[in-house]
Amino acid sequence: MRNEPFGPTTEDHRLKSARTRASGASPINADAAGLGIRRAVGFVVPAVVVVGVFLVFPALWTIYLGVTDFALTGISAADPRTVGVDNYAEALGDERFHASLWLTAQYVAGSAVIGQAGLGFAVAWVLRDRPGPVKRVVEGLILLAWILPSSVVAFLWIALLDRDAGTLNALLHTPGAAWLLDHPMASIIVFNVWRGTAFSMMLYGAALENVPPSHLETARLAGASTFQQIRDVVLPRIRGHVLTNMLLISLWTFNDFTSFQITAGGPEGRSEIVPVYIYDVALRGGRLGFGAAVSFLVLLVNLVAALLYLRTARSRGGVAA
Amino acid sequence: MTSARTLPLPAAVTVSLTVLLAACGSGASPVTDGTTLTVTANAISGGKNSATADWTAKWLIPRFEQAQKAAGRDVRVVFQPNGVDDEEYKTKIALDLRSGTGADVIDLDGIWVGEFAQAGYIEPLSGTAGPAVDRWEGWTRIPRAVRGLGVFEGRTYGLPQGTDGRVLFYNKTLFARAGLPAAWQPRSWQDLLDAGAALKKAGVPTPLQINAGTAMGEATSMQGALPLLAGAGAEIYANGKWTGASQALKDVLDLYRRIYTTGLGDPRLQQEAKGRDKSFQEFADGRIGVLAEGDYFWRSVIEPTAGVAPMKDRDRAVGYALIPAERPGAGVRGQDFVSMSGGAVRVLNPRSENAALAWELLAFMHSAEATKAGLAGEARITSRTDVNDEVLKDDPMLSFVSDRVLPLTAYRPGLAVYPQISTALQQATAAVTTGTPVDEAATAYDRQLQSLVGPSAISR
Repeated sequence: MRNEPFGPTTEDHRLKSARTRASGASPINADAAGLGIRRAVGFVVPAVVVVGVFLVFPALWTIYLGVTDFALTGISAADPRTVGVDNYAEALGDERFHASLWLTAQYVAGSAVIGQAGLGFAVAWVLRDRPGPVKRVVEGLILLAWILPSSVVAFLWIALLDRDAGTLNALLHTPGAAWLLDHPMASIIVFNVWRGTAFSMMLYGAALENVPPSHLETARLAGASTFQQIRDVVLPRIRGHVLTNMLLISLWTFNDFTSFQITAGGPEGRSEIVPVYIYDVALRGGRLGFGAAVSFLVLLVNLVAALLYLRTARSRGGVAA
Repeated sequence: MTSARTLPLPAAVTVSLTVLLAACGSGASPVTDGTTLTVTANAISGGKNSATADWTAKWLIPRFEQAQKAAGRDVRVVFQPNGVDDEEYKTKIALDLRSGTGADVIDLDGIWVGEFAQAGYIEPLSGTAGPAVDRWEGWTRIPRAVRGLGVFEGRTYGLPQGTDGRVLFYNKTLFARAGLPAAWQPRSWQDLLDAGAALKKAGVPTPLQINAGTAMGEATSMQGALPLLAGAGAEIYANGKWTGASQALKDVLDLYRRIYTTGLGDPRLQQEAKGRDKSFQEFADGRIGVLAEGDYFWRSVIEPTAGVAPMKDRDRAVGYALIPAERPGAGVRGQDFVSMSGGAVRVLNPRSENAALAWELLAFMHSAEATKAGLAGEARITSRTDVNDEVLKDDPMLSFVSDRVLPLTAYRPGLAVYPQISTALQQATAAVTTGTPVDEAATAYDRQLQSLVGPSAISR
């Protein structure tokens, strides 16, 4: 059954009746209508102001900056020139930007869609009927990675993967293996899975509580394998949660900057995902106009992803509450 | 009219928050009966540049306030610490100045002076603080080259704090093993390569470390590409033009190629995010024969007691030599030896409400007494010759830089586009160290340069 979280309210009825009566109504009714409209406007204004100030204006400003050569310092800081679509043309023709998009796609697919979502579900599934203490300890350990400051986590991973003094090389007896140099993308993907799995685990853990155990039991008695139970019984009931989780972790990962602290986009750009690219050109290079143009392109990519998700969610019957 | 009573709660909250935010964002100075001056630097006690932060808080502020009190003025000085990456600090200061706020006295890297001036963020000192600037006693103590750190297009925007120089550090123990002299001074790039070959033959893991690639950032430019370019007779920026794919640049890239594709250097070290820090440790551990670095390496990295990679036998085991030109006389200005220098400056905020007093504070910070106290016992090349004469005499290495390197050194152009050109140069060195042919890397650099400054601003 579809949810109707925002059904008609008393205020809506009051406004509607006030509007219908206002045309030839008594002064009292007209006053009531006016009061209702003013009250409604009063409730809407804060949201409009907040969205306008913190979302619409910055977005419009970003679009404007994207067509200028505005810079952090230098002549273009004092007197930026309008350059039309030059920044966009440069970004779309920049091999480095193309490479960063491709690396970001790998990062999102590897660490969010497959890694965090898959591992998060697996852990939630395994823990769903475990005794309280065991569940709490495992969840606590996984959650720890999520709540630690990103700089601390990054430092831990550098210490783990370092080629000379890394813990991993000591454990595997592979002295001198340069994980961060030879496999930079794999390194940051694994790192991001480790760091972000907790969110998916918690979300799926909550979602699985909505699946009646009797349905799983019935499927099991009918001879369904674990895979079939998940596919035929669980997923249809938690589809909304899955889509919500996929959208959130994909967007977070697409915009994630933490990997910068581990590889700084290196070696030689081989792990330079889009946020790192933008940081490098906009802040390190001081080209704020160009950075704004690239940011707007990235915003479009995120917007398309979000719209696709919403469309999928609507066609499949809603999203997670 | 809607009475206050009927104002919906969300609107009331929004109005209240707006008022509150406006009040919070005013950036007001601490309340005081007298005048308050603010000083900022990328320094924080117990963290980055801790000694500078401690000197500011414990030495400078009490003494300046006391001196003002003796003159009958109630002045309070507030230090605004920072402990972030230089690029983040630069962004913060640029945004402060852009919005008309910021401290009265501001620390800047000398390389930023030009672009801050172009942006209108800073003004010449005499324009901000008046004729008192030109009467300052300290000008006669600052060498012309060092004063240039605070100069852009002939006008002085800041007071230099000090400078540095780049040399070749070498491990005498490894040299002895390779049959090389303890008093080594290469006179050409070939001499450098020959020493590398001898060290390699003696089993030294990394005979030569000339910074390369983008991971080392500006260290690649300052310790590698730029001094080598000067050694090949060219400057990155001269007479209004940037050096493109010239023969000098190709020679530099070819030297990189020879070092990193023949086992004389470790190409992988150049790719690591912490590669420079590792190069420090490897030198201290006796695994690198020759390392091109600034005097910072001597006084802060391998310093026997407080260095980040201390060498107890530093004074005995580490030698230093001038960076040679490609061939004798082939360097910039016909020099046999070359170097690059940088340094920090202090500027005045043009929006200071107490510009004359801020200048007094700035001049006080650069007095001989304050400069000496700021060293906190560490030998360093300051901007003042009178202080250097006193503090460098017991440190032969820093005296060497002061006496032998500074007369032949060069400085980077303080222009806004420089950081991007520097990055392009770093990418070119990265390409050749990983096997890209020299001509191809030079062409790619030139193409990038054209997109940044246009074809007419390039010399080849």
